[in-house]
Amino acid sequence: MSEGSLTRAEVEHVARLARLALTDDELDALTPELSKILEHAAQVSALDTEGVPPTAHPLPLVNVFRPDVARPGLARDEVLAEAPAAEDGRFRVPRILGEAP
Amino acid sequence: MADSAIAIAADVRAGRRRARDVLEQHLAQISAREADVHAFNLVTADDARARADEIDDAVSRGDDPGPLAGVPIALKDNLCTRGVATTCSSRILDGWRPPYDATVVERVHDAGAVIVGKTNLDEFAMGSSTENSAFGATRNPYDLSRVPGGSSGGSAAAVAAGFATLALGSDTGGSVRQPASLCGVVGVKPTYGAVSRYGLVAFASSLDQIGPFATSVGDAAQLLEVIAGHDPCDSTSIAEAAPALLADLERGVEGLRVGVVEELTDNEGIQDDVKAAVEAAADALAAAGAKTDRVSVPSTMYGLSAYYLIAPAEASSNLARYDGVRYGLRVDGADISDMNARTRDSGFGVEVKRRIMLGTYALSAGYYDAYYGQAQRVRTLIIREFERAYEQFDVLLAPTAPTVAFELGAKTADPLTMYLNDVCTIPSNLAGHAAMSVPFGSALASDATSGASALPIGVQVLAPARGEPVMFRVARAVEQAAPGGA
Amino acid sequence: MAATATQTWEIVIGLEVHCELATASKLFCACRNEFGDEPNTNVCPVCLGLPGSLPVLNERAVEYALRVAEALHLDVPEHSIFSRKNYFYPDMPKNYQTSQYDEPITRDGWLDVDGERVGVTRAHLEEDTGKSLHVGGGGRIHDADHSLVDYNRAGVPLLELVSEPDIRPAEQAKRSVEELRATLLAIGVSDVKMEEGSLRVDANVSLRPEGSSEFGTRTEIKNLNSLRSLVRAVEFEVKRQSGLLESGERVVQETRHWDEDGGRTISGRSKEEAHDYRYFPEPDLVPVAPTDEMRTRVRGSMPELPAARRARLIDQWDIKDEDARVLVDVPGLADYAERAVAALTSGTPKDVANWVRQDVLGYLNERGLSPAVLAPEMLAELVGLVADGTISRGQAKDVLTESMADEKWPRDIVEARGLAQVSDTGELGAVVDAVFAREADTVEQYRAATDDKDRKKKRNALMGKVMAELKGKGNPQLVNQLLDERLG
Repeated sequence: MSEGSLTRAEVEHVARLARLALTDDELDALTPELSKILEHAAQVSALDTEGVPPTAHPLPLVNVFRPDVARPGLARDEVLAEAPAAEDGRFRVPRILGEAP
Repeated sequence: MADSAIAIAADVRAGRRRARDVLEQHLAQISAREADVHAFNLVTADDARARADEIDDAVSRGDDPGPLAGVPIALKDNLCTRGVATTCSSRILDGWRPPYDATVVERVHDAGAVIVGKTNLDEFAMGSSTENSAFGATRNPYDLSRVPGGSSGGSAAAVAAGFATLALGSDTGGSVRQPASLCGVVGVKPTYGAVSRYGLVAFASSLDQIGPFATSVGDAAQLLEVIAGHDPCDSTSIAEAAPALLADLERGVEGLRVGVVEELTDNEGIQDDVKAAVEAAADALAAAGAKTDRVSVPSTMYGLSAYYLIAPAEASSNLARYDGVRYGLRVDGADISDMNARTRDSGFGVEVKRRIMLGTYALSAGYYDAYYGQAQRVRTLIIREFERAYEQFDVLLAPTAPTVAFELGAKTADPLTMYLNDVCTIPSNLAGHAAMSVPFGSALASDATSGASALPIGVQVLAPARGEPVMFRVARAVEQAAPGGA
Repeated sequence: MAATATQTWEIVIGLEVHCELATASKLFCACRNEFGDEPNTNVCPVCLGLPGSLPVLNERAVEYALRVAEALHLDVPEHSIFSRKNYFYPDMPKNYQTSQYDEPITRDGWLDVDGERVGVTRAHLEEDTGKSLHVGGGGRIHDADHSLVDYNRAGVPLLELVSEPDIRPAEQAKRSVEELRATLLAIGVSDVKMEEGSLRVDANVSLRPEGSSEFGTRTEIKNLNSLRSLVRAVEFEVKRQSGLLESGERVVQETRHWDEDGGRTISGRSKEEAHDYRYFPEPDLVPVAPTDEMRTRVRGSMPELPAARRARLIDQWDIKDEDARVLVDVPGLADYAERAVAALTSGTPKDVANWVRQDVLGYLNERGLSPAVLAPEMLAELVGLVADGTISRGQAKDVLTESMADEKWPRDIVEARGLAQVSDTGELGAVVDAVFAREADTVEQYRAATDDKDRKKKRNALMGKVMAELKGKGNPQLVNQLLDERLG
């Protein structure tokens, strides 16, 4: 497999990781598109980055803190008003099948 | 459009003009042309009138409403506005009303500006044409068959069409500068951290910055002075207060060193007229006393590739929260995972899905180092090369967008073609540096039909981190030298 | 060691402990960090992960992490960062957890457990998730109809501690948690209540043939709500794994759930693919670079650690290891004992320790109370009364119970009940003389006795008469002394 190109199976796997219920048509369209984009993006591997550290933050800031003081937050009504479903002051969701990782 | 924000604010504060009158003029303009341009997702006329009245009352009481008193401003619809729909032009947030204001929204409000509405964008700020909006494209006020650029196309068009005097957008890979260029207005991407991101719906956290749109460099400077400065709600926000920009604006460019970036200007994808504009701007600066030369920053050619790994990776994580649980769209499912997946597939448009997939892949086990990791290292190389360039130059010049505005639908078939629109703007986001686009002449599109009018060109001024003061000085000089000048 | 018919297995245990830090506000926002409030009343845009929200790090959480580093001898690297752990679950508002991955705030330390070192691989900061309630199907997740989510706990600061797989028997796992708990409590970073979830323990268990240096496949056990569950679960898992290995089967690397009622571990993993967390550095937070000033300040504020306190009490009070351990382990008990000792006017610290270890602790355990409800000065008074001879030890037991239950001073109880012993030797001597006079026969039988048994019998009889005459209020030691003197 050439660097940068994806199989449909790989795309399906990534869709599961990303919680996207892609249709077959979407998978058919996306697979070549993503492969092409990835191939282009993989050009970065042409550059020699031996010993070069990654830049996670463009600004060299450290130690930004907040004092440990509690303050009132949002009113529950305001928060639940935007919820798709609520019950007993909580967000209601369809059944969860497994424990958290 | 005639009226500058600075002039309006001065008049309103002095009682020479009423904020309400200024607003009504702009609302009338919206009535006249918004149906064609579609700059807005939502026009907040009632709230705006109430606010304008408040400003006028304050002035008659002898209070000072602030440096943006009575100035109509449009906000990109990915900026949280309390109690007012904030959709990011996506179905997944259709109807969502934030319970809080973004910091920049508070700041412009407190400065006396009058918010006229929320503008259209490419969904979740992902795009370069505003065609990826779930609510229909925005059109370029100069030619309604063409795009305004993106992702902040609505904000750029709103200012260009006279719907608002000022606007705010967000810039992750060029999304303020590129539409500014295509719509013939000024657009600024500040230094990373100069403007608080609190309340900006995140796309790519290490690249996003909120930036001003205006019809003049002076107005853009005024707006940036209002919104910039430390915010304790944003850990990545620069510690200092906003830089002073207006004071030195007219200082001129005598003795400044200006470098034209070779790899970006000579790129074969750049329209000849655009290249000519950059050269002309350089010549004008030389005539005004600057020292100009060419400079090579080779790794900028890899900027696009690095960006299309870093931005989607961060986006894939930032957009994970849209799952139908707490707000926004929910499509029911057999269980939670099913509900999440159906909601997201239904709620997100195709470009957003592409980028989420790309980003998830770039971070996934076995691929992190080759893709995301490598891209972040290339980012360091770009920063280092820029640092070397800034040892010899105070600012750099380059095109903003490769061409003038293209037709709607012209670049939607192949995502890569669209992505190439950002090649000149992306490096500044990767480096966290400041950059802005200044209108400089116009030209016909390469596919122009006979009788078509010329379309705006933007020239980009780049500066190092915290280089806004010198950048604005140079931009002002470019503006003064522009054909049809200011 | 688990010995089965054909093989001796070495048990290898590693612990993963999550400790809720007792800060006033959450890790990344100013919402109240409080257990038990009405659902979704301690939430804000940040901990709800609303679009546009951003985290800002709580400086006290960092300070607490540095305190733990001091107490557990952990290294503090100059540079540490937060990372995102990406997965979907409804109790996580952003569908990623802001945690620490390859650059944790502390690493490579140890805890002393009964003279042996248990390695601590790392201790890092991360945010807690919300809580879900499962509706229908008896409240269990697998049979539920739907679930309800409360985000009050989302964003609460956690310190995750991971031990080296240094722990051998189940009992040592329990002791390690007890020692860790006492330490975290002593340095004031958490209230470490397993029953409230402010201390959560998962155990990794594997077996290997005795003498082997390679590790066997391990399983992770979750849902251990008490130390007793920890021990039972480990013991069950050891049996289960050795059973598998004995019959030639492999142990599957998985997460298992401890079923308290059924007394067994159950395979927990759904059939989903293994999680790919796609860790990357958190772009919304900047690195933490603990300064010398920060570390010096923390060092200066460190209280006495459990091991040091135990050693001091053993040395100063002349008590046994076991007693010292109990005193220091039970939250608040050592404080109570030390304040009592400070208030003594007569009697010894050892006396105090004995009373605390037996009667006081028994009383508290019976009623599920904390030592904080008791007044240590009252115990000091009681100990003094016994030392003075005002009351006997036997009497003191009852007086103490009444003192603790009714918050009354022992002296007042003694007076009210007229319990004071007669300790005046003159008075006692007179009674002894009177009894000797009346029981002259017994006295003579004592003197004439030929064996010890007989002598003892006669002496006891006299003792009994004297005590009866004194209506039980004779100070027994003094009476015995006088008897010995008179009997010669």
